[in-house]
Amino acid sequence: MRLPSWLSQHLAALRALLFFTVALGLAYPLLLVGVAQIPGLSGRAEGSLVEKDGTVVGSALIGQHFTDADGNPVPRYFQSRPSAGGDGYDPLSTGASNLGPESVADTLPDPADPESGSQSLLTQVCARSLAIGALEGVSGARPYCTTDGVGAVLSVFRADGLTGAVTRAVSVNQACPATPFLGTYEGATVECATPDGDYSGGVITPVRGDAPDTSPIPADAVTASGSALDPHISVAYAALQAPRVARERGLAVADVTSLIEDHTAGRALGFLGEPAVNVLELNLALDARA
Amino acid sequence: MSTTVAGVIFIVSLAAAVVAVHRPFGDYLFRVVDARKHSRVERGIYTIVGVDPASEQSWGVYGRSVLAFSAVSILFLYGLLRLQQYLWLNLGMAPVTDHIAWNTAVSFVTNTNWQAYSGESTMGHLAQMAGLAVQNFVSAAVGIAVAVALIRGFARSRTELLGNFWVDLIRITLRVLLPVSIIGAIVLMIGGVVQNLGGGTEITTLTGGTQTVPGGPVASQEVIKELGTNGGGFYNTNSSHPFENPTTWTNWVQLFLILLIPFSMPRVFGRMAGQNRQGYAIAAVMALLAIAGITLTTVFELHGGGTVPAAVGAAMEGKEVRFGVADSAVFAAITTLTSTGAVNSFHDSYTALGGMMPMLNMMLGEVAPGGTGSGLYGMLVLATITVFVAGLMVGRTPEYLGKKIGAREIKFASLYFLITPVLVLTGTAAAFATGNASTALHTGPHGLSEVLYAFTSTANNNGSAFAGITVNTPWWDTATGLAMLLGRFLPIIFVLGLAGSLARQQPVPESEGTLPTHRPLFVGMVAGVAIVLVALTFLPALALGPLAEGL
Repeated sequence: MRLPSWLSQHLAALRALLFFTVALGLAYPLLLVGVAQIPGLSGRAEGSLVEKDGTVVGSALIGQHFTDADGNPVPRYFQSRPSAGGDGYDPLSTGASNLGPESVADTLPDPADPESGSQSLLTQVCARSLAIGALEGVSGARPYCTTDGVGAVLSVFRADGLTGAVTRAVSVNQACPATPFLGTYEGATVECATPDGDYSGGVITPVRGDAPDTSPIPADAVTASGSALDPHISVAYAALQAPRVARERGLAVADVTSLIEDHTAGRALGFLGEPAVNVLELNLALDARA
Repeated sequence: MSTTVAGVIFIVSLAAAVVAVHRPFGDYLFRVVDARKHSRVERGIYTIVGVDPASEQSWGVYGRSVLAFSAVSILFLYGLLRLQQYLWLNLGMAPVTDHIAWNTAVSFVTNTNWQAYSGESTMGHLAQMAGLAVQNFVSAAVGIAVAVALIRGFARSRTELLGNFWVDLIRITLRVLLPVSIIGAIVLMIGGVVQNLGGGTEITTLTGGTQTVPGGPVASQEVIKELGTNGGGFYNTNSSHPFENPTTWTNWVQLFLILLIPFSMPRVFGRMAGQNRQGYAIAAVMALLAIAGITLTTVFELHGGGTVPAAVGAAMEGKEVRFGVADSAVFAAITTLTSTGAVNSFHDSYTALGGMMPMLNMMLGEVAPGGTGSGLYGMLVLATITVFVAGLMVGRTPEYLGKKIGAREIKFASLYFLITPVLVLTGTAAAFATGNASTALHTGPHGLSEVLYAFTSTANNNGSAFAGITVNTPWWDTATGLAMLLGRFLPIIFVLGLAGSLARQQPVPESEGTLPTHRPLFVGMVAGVAIVLVALTFLPALALGPLAEGL
C-alpha cells in the first residue's frame, strides 16, 4: 500500500529528525566530552577550578564577592565589580540589570516597607561611587549625583506643561525629610519627594552639578557587568584598591602593585578587548604571600 | 594603544579574515550543494530517512518538505521540553511550562533562539544538547538549503525542479556544519569554554560564601550557536558568561564563526549562477551595509551619550571588563546584522543611539550579511526589487541574471518584504493595546524601545533582546512565538515560490537595455533600496523610542 504523500513526507521528516538527534544531539557532544578528557584540556573543560590548600575555592573564570556575611567588603581583599544577577555572583541566577541610560528616577520605598521601591541605575551608580570613595579614601563625587549618593534629578513643573516659568521643582530621588541637593531651580524652591507623590506631570531633569567629568573611581567599579559573573576588574580599579589592601596586610604598596601586574591579562595580540585583572587569582596570590 | 585604535584593528582584523576565507569556504560550500555523488554514509542515511536522493522536487514539494521537517521538529522539541524530568541528565529540572516550551520550540526551529527562559534554571543537559543544539544545526541547514534552492531558480531554466530538500539538508549538516563545529568546539575549549556532563561543583569562596560552578556540554553547543547564526545561550547571560566566552580571543573567534557562512554564501551564488562577479556584487552590498552598521554602533557606544553613561564616564553597564566598550559594541552590531542574537553585553543598557543601532540592523531585514542562507535569500529578493525599481525608471522590462522580473516574481518579492514590518508594527501595537506592554522594565521612550525590540527581534528571527522586559507570560510567549513562526516560514514560502517561477523561465539574452547587476552602480542602488525601505517603514516607530530618548 502506498502512503499518501503528505504522510510519507512527515514520516521522512520524523526519521530524519531522529537520525539528527542521535548524531548531533548525542554522538557529537559526547565525542567532545571525550576529547575534553585530554590532559591539558580537561582542567579547562571542567571549569578552570582553582584550589587553595588543596580545597577548590572557585573558578578562575567566574567572579566572586569578597564580602563578609553581612555583605560588607572584606578590606584585605580586592573587591569585584557590582553584580546584578540574583544575590550577586550566583552562577545559578545570572543576569544583567538591563537598566537604560535614562534610568534616573527611583521608585521610593513605602515607609511601612523599607524593602519596597526600586533604585534607578543612576542612583545605584551614585551610591556605589559614594561607598567606594569612603572605602578607598577618595572623592566619590560624580556628575548627576547628589552628595548623599542618589541621582540628582528634578521633576520640573512649568506653567504651560513643557514651557513657561517653573512653578514647582521636586528632587524625586530624595525622600523627605532629606534636604534637596539644590535650594532653588529657576526661581522655584526645590522640594523633597514623598513615596506617594505623583511627579509625572513634570519634566524629569537630571542636574549635572559641578563634579569633574572623570572620577578617581573608574567606570567598571560602579557598573554591573552583563554576565553578573565578571571575574575581572580594570587595571585602574585595581590600582585604586592597592593602597588599602597593602595597608590591611602590612605589605608595601609596590609589592601589591607588582602582584597586580602578574595577574593582569593585557589585550590579547595587542588589540583584542581591554586589559583586565583577575580578582580571584590576585586575592589567592595575596593569601599565598601573607 | 587607545581603545579606539584597538577597536578599529579589531574590526579590520575580522574583515580581513572574512575576506580571506569567504572564497575557499564558499567554493567548498558550492561543491557540497552541487555534488553529484553521494557518500556511502549519506546513502545509508537516505535509506533510513526513506528518500530517493536522485529525485528532485518542484518548489511546492521542496517547500512542503521544509514545512514538514519544521513542524515535526517543533512537536518533537516541545515534547522533549515538557517531558525532560523523565529523561537522562535532567539535573532535577522540572518540565518546562507549556507556553515557554511552545515559545522555545518555535524559537529554536525558526533559527531565532529568542529565550523566554533562563538556561541554568530551566534546561537539563539532555534538553540542551539533544533538543536545542540539534535545532541549532538543522535550522541553519534549512536556511542554507532554501537559499540554494533560490539560486537554482536563477541558474536553471525551463524546469520545475529545484533540488531535493532532504539531500541538501543532510549534506549541509554533515559536510559543512558538523566538521567546522568539531574544530571550533575544540578551539573554544582551549580558551576555557566548559564541556562536561556534570551538574555543577559546589564550592566555598575565599570569604566563606558558597557558589555553584556550573557544568554542561557548552563548547559543543556554543560553536554551532555562532556558526549557525542561532544565538541561544547555554546560560542566561549568553556570550557574556565566562564559561561561554572566556577570553578576548574567544570573542573574536565567535564573531568570525558568525560571519563565516553568511559572507561565503554570495560566493556560492556566483559559482552556481556561473558568474562570480554577481556574487561579488552581492557580497559588496552586504559589506557596505555591515561596515556602516558596525561603525555607527561602535561610535555611538564609545561616545557614551546619556545621563547614566555621563555619570559613569563610559557606557559600561551590562558590559564585561575583558571585552570593554568597543568589542562589545562590535559584537552587538554583528549579532544583529546577522540573525544570530547572541550577546556579549546587554543591549538594554546601551546608550540611546547605540541601542537603536542593533534594532536598525535587524530592521534592514538581516541581509548584511544576514543569517545562514536567510541573509542571501533576503538580499537576492532585495536585488530583485532593485532591478524592478530600476526597470521602472528607464521603462524597460526588468531582468536579473537573464530572468524576467514580471508580475508574478515581483508579487512574491513584495510579499516577502511586507511580512516583517507587518509583524513588528502590529505586534508592538497589540502589546500596547492589550496592556501587555506594561511588562517592560521601563516606562516612556525606553519602554517602547523594549517592546519594539522584542517584536523586531522575533519577527526577523534574531533572538537578541532589550532584556529588561518580562516575556515569559502566556501572552508574550504566544505573540512572539507567532511572530517567529510567521516571520520565518512565510518568507521561505515566498522565496521558494519565486525560485519556482524563475526556474520555469527561458533566459532572455542580454541586450543594451539590460541593467548590469555586477557594477558599483547596482551595489549602491541595492544598498539605497534597503535603507529607503527601512526608513519609510520604521522611522516613525524609532522616532518615538530611541530617537526620542537620545536626541
